[in-house]
Amino acid sequence: MNARSIALTVNGRPVNGTADVRTTLADFLRHSLRLTGTHLGCEHGVCGACTVLVDGASVRSCLMLAVQAEGAHVRTIEGLAGPDGELHPLQTAFRDKHGLQCGFCTPGMLMTLVEFLEENPDPAEAEIRDAISGNICRCTGYESIVAAALQAAAEIRERRR
Amino acid sequence: MRAVGRSVPRIEDPALLVGKGRYVDDIALPGTLHAAFVRSASAHARIAAIDTAAAAGMPGVHAVLTAADLRPVLRSLRLPLGASPTSSENSSTPFVLNGHEAAYVGEPIALVVADTRYEAEDAAGAVFVDYEPLPVVADARRAVEAGTPAVRTELASNLLNRMMVAFGDVDEAFAKATHVVADELWQHRGCGHPLEGRGVLAETRPDGGLCVWSSTQMPHDLFHTLAGMLGLDENCLRVVTPDVGGGFGPKYCIYPEELAVPAAALLLGRNVKWIEDRRENFLSAVQERDQYWSLEVATDGDGRILGMRGRLIHDQGAYAPKAVNLPYNSASAVTGPYVVPAFAVEVLIAHTNKVPVSSVRGAGYPQAAFAMERMIDLVAARLGIDRVAVRARNLIPPEKMPYTKPLKARSGAGIVYDSGDYPACQAEALAAAGWHDFPRRQAEALAQGRHLGIGIANAVKGTGRGPFESGVVRVAPSGRVSVFTGATAMGQGLATALAQICADELGVRPEEVGVIAGDTAFAQFGLGGFASRQLVTAGSSVHIAAKAVAAKAIRAASTMLDLPEAELELAGGEVRGRGGSNRGISLAEIATRLRGAPGYAFPAEIEPGLEASIQWKTDALAYANACHVAEVEVDIETGHVGVSHYIALHDSGRLINPMIVDGQIKGGIAHGIGNALYELMGYDEEGQPLTTTFADYLLVTAPELPRFETLYRETPSPINPLGAKGVGEAGTIPAAAAIISAVEDALRPFGVRISQTPVTPEFLFNLISKARAKQRAEREMPA
Repeated sequence: MNARSIALTVNGRPVNGTADVRTTLADFLRHSLRLTGTHLGCEHGVCGACTVLVDGASVRSCLMLAVQAEGAHVRTIEGLAGPDGELHPLQTAFRDKHGLQCGFCTPGMLMTLVEFLEENPDPAEAEIRDAISGNICRCTGYESIVAAALQAAAEIRERRR
Repeated sequence: MRAVGRSVPRIEDPALLVGKGRYVDDIALPGTLHAAFVRSASAHARIAAIDTAAAAGMPGVHAVLTAADLRPVLRSLRLPLGASPTSSENSSTPFVLNGHEAAYVGEPIALVVADTRYEAEDAAGAVFVDYEPLPVVADARRAVEAGTPAVRTELASNLLNRMMVAFGDVDEAFAKATHVVADELWQHRGCGHPLEGRGVLAETRPDGGLCVWSSTQMPHDLFHTLAGMLGLDENCLRVVTPDVGGGFGPKYCIYPEELAVPAAALLLGRNVKWIEDRRENFLSAVQERDQYWSLEVATDGDGRILGMRGRLIHDQGAYAPKAVNLPYNSASAVTGPYVVPAFAVEVLIAHTNKVPVSSVRGAGYPQAAFAMERMIDLVAARLGIDRVAVRARNLIPPEKMPYTKPLKARSGAGIVYDSGDYPACQAEALAAAGWHDFPRRQAEALAQGRHLGIGIANAVKGTGRGPFESGVVRVAPSGRVSVFTGATAMGQGLATALAQICADELGVRPEEVGVIAGDTAFAQFGLGGFASRQLVTAGSSVHIAAKAVAAKAIRAASTMLDLPEAELELAGGEVRGRGGSNRGISLAEIATRLRGAPGYAFPAEIEPGLEASIQWKTDALAYANACHVAEVEVDIETGHVGVSHYIALHDSGRLINPMIVDGQIKGGIAHGIGNALYELMGYDEEGQPLTTTFADYLLVTAPELPRFETLYRETPSPINPLGAKGVGEAGTIPAAAAIISAVEDALRPFGVRISQTPVTPEFLFNLISKARAKQRAEREMPA
């Protein structure tokens, strides 16, 4: 073990922890912080299931070391709903449009789309398909995920008006 | 409002959407150790020695276990045949750990148990295995040739099984045929690849037993296998299926790791967890891979099929964890929705030095559909008849339903197509696809140098395989309504569908019903998740059980309220008088009364407990059918195929939740498109896997897919009380055939024939280049 102390912010709350220098951010979130909503589908950076936001940008948490997150703001699926439990428009839309089946790719899909819709709240269908092209879903055929993203985008635009 | 038939939101979703799912790796038990497997690096080798000393001394390591170490707690080192009535081993069932002769790259040889997964993996890399190379057989066709070395030295032959699937007089059919067409097909279906790999957590219990969580489609089969192999008292063993991140077939097998991890837990007296990584999934989860077909079709002058014959060589890989139903499915399902009077296909099941083969979504049916549909296209091309006309002439007409195929299912029961109107389905799908207008669009595009093509494929799928699935419905004294079943949820929405079925009978809402699926502590009997079976079988049991609970609630309420049963109804979670009577009694009150209280009177002639347990039995299958039409554009300079339109018509009987059905169908189509164009599990001649990451093995992603247009007909199945037919695999089955038909159509100017899946850009580029060169040569040839 070559452990270091790290301090970061996870879903708005300060976290102080210890991580072996080789521990991935994904394993630190899942096993040290018990935030098991972030999933590991390939552990080599292709499937996108482990996507979280680090300082607002989507990151494959299987390819980032926990110690690299020192001082960063990390956002995971557990931090997506409001403090009162109100679901993010994407979460609501995924349920309405059947954008998930087994739920394993869902956290990565949601976090990828959170970032995307913050940058582009009025996307075309093809742009959404491109945005999630780094996230593999074996269940849905993606169509319902795209439909959910369109619904959420409309809701986000409505809230901004 | 009744829930059945409506797209009610899934009861699974609220937890999954906020990161509160509980998959096997999310379960944290105190003091858990972590396992990593040492896997064979060689496709075939005698294992001369295993040196564990260095690994055993590494930080955090508790044990390095070989086959010899596990032997004392195992009845045998060899797994029994999975999902079989006898549970006995044979010379092709896998080993828990193999310490003597590795037969494929990835075969488990030893197991390291350490404080963390990181440390376990470090130590696994430090175990030294001395391999003495043995001859490798990587091609199933070569495996069955005379003189080919054995895939395992214990085998007398690489031919695991040879069978004839036949009916009618084939020789006579070919003797009187006007036309005979023949082709050789290679079909590759790759791997299952649920996004969550496999995983096992074994908890040691104070009574000396175990609680085992596994990401499986088969908890009850695992339960019985563990009890037998570990010699555990069944009363001290529990198998739980947590949330499962997709099944798609590979989790239908019982695996060496599912035995080795619990065995290690017993040996060490510690909780042990193993979570598969993706590379391991490529190396050791079952695949469906390769089938090589030779087929001939005999027709009359109008393209009516008189007979089919041929041979199928099926790549079984190094072991057969289950009975070899997959190639039997392929051969017996070839004739699909068509009338074929005579048929004879010889099936050769060949061992190779590759990962064992078992079902992936579709389980042999996609290959059957591909073989049939490709041959029909060939008949159409040779006879100069339109592809859809040849199909229409050969489809089973609706007036012949129920239609008996002269074959037996694995259960020994006849294959009887219960219902459906196949010609009407094809006509409706063609109309929706604009089939008859397509030649105009195709010609216009070609004039601009664009190569469009359209393809069609029909399919049937036997669903709802028995012999039964369990369904228990219970109302607790709190009023909580629960369903317990041996059916296993892998993400399809099973809990929602069963809750809908239960809710309607008890007058409650689906979200008020809890469903526990695949936990042996709650369901004594169960078969599990496979063969598009669970909605039909578990759904029927739950339907009947919920009706029985409703009847019991009314009977009890009649006594408690002193009103005749006929004047009572169940609604809103209570039994009340019909016609607005204000006298009512809640299900909670009834369940509390039926719980009994010491010394107090119990309602006469009513059994204790507000519950019912049903195992609805069936030998018959409910046959779903489909017609898919695909439109593609092929870039002839690069070989790239773009799927531009996709129409899928399905008749899956009565739809319990149309939203869930549509999700199953569309996901299934995406899988089939992947099989047609992308998914290839590559091996070299030495049996070394070439594709062990998602960067090498391509799963379809969102930009490659069009919007799917799905259409549904609902012909209720007469063979189950719900009228339902399964939908888990139906979307996949015709998809590759439809896509390849369309690609071939797009390349009509080059006169090419495509007889394989997948077709990669490289393959198409070479095919087109060769055809163009030939055309050039013909043009330049002096007249």
